[in-house]
Amino acid sequence: MSIDWVNFTPGLSLLGGILLGTASALFILANGRIAGISGILGGLLRPRSGDIFWRVAFLLGLIVAPVVLAPFLPPMIATIDAGTGTLIAAGLLVGVGTRYGAGCTSGHGVCGLSRLSPRSLVATLAFMGAGMATVFVMRHLLA
Amino acid sequence: MKKTFDTASAFIVGLLFGIGLIFGGMTNPAKVIGFLDVAGNWDPSLALVMGGAILVGVVAFRFARQRTQSFLGGAMHLPASTDINQRLIIGSLLFGAGWGLAGFCPGPALTSLGTGNPKAVIFVVAMVAGMAIYELADHFWHQPRRLNAQ
Repeated sequence: MSIDWVNFTPGLSLLGGILLGTASALFILANGRIAGISGILGGLLRPRSGDIFWRVAFLLGLIVAPVVLAPFLPPMIATIDAGTGTLIAAGLLVGVGTRYGAGCTSGHGVCGLSRLSPRSLVATLAFMGAGMATVFVMRHLLA
Repeated sequence: MKKTFDTASAFIVGLLFGIGLIFGGMTNPAKVIGFLDVAGNWDPSLALVMGGAILVGVVAFRFARQRTQSFLGGAMHLPASTDINQRLIIGSLLFGAGWGLAGFCPGPALTSLGTGNPKAVIFVVAMVAGMAIYELADHFWHQPRRLNAQ
């Protein structure tokens, strides 16, 4: 293992994290809700009346973020090496897995760990471990 | 009126969350994979994203736990489940495998939709399909038991 100092962005990443924490804080305190993206999106697939607008509004905010930033910042960099087949397989796994495991990086990773929940700690270790193992296989065994 | 405030607040929080994901580097799959690649040239940035978020989150949730009502006058929907079961672990393992394959998790994938990136569109469509498959499977899985109970 070596550290990728060239791509390491400590300041920006810490700032991004503080913004994520602030958004999660506002959501639990103002709306009484957990900012868990897979749960917010998945809940729309089993719609219940009175439980739709806040979900749609949150997701819209998430989607328009790059549009709102566009006038002030250089275009967002996104390098996506995965091809169409891999993207589809990955999307299916993320969709099924986050619903079956009841959370993703935001719900278990940020909010759950902030609540000091052992359940979310186990989930976070499981998905981080599986992510690291997958990248290891793809990059170092198959490549 | 409360509904309107709830909806407006959710939009602002979603926007702030998206901006945080962009600043943090989470919307760049190559960077996410650089973090997950602990055996290669490791980019520790995302540990700081998590750390920064949890730093603020710990304080907020400590405060939230003492409240009986949200600022906007609604219920506090704090998760009740503390179960560490097979569902939690298998689901999280599947999610992690998908996360490692493409470098996208749900939030950043949705935020990337806003840039019109066709690869993000493909991923999100597949992800929503995966969530729908889960809903259907869950529905049919529980159907026989419901019938037996009658």
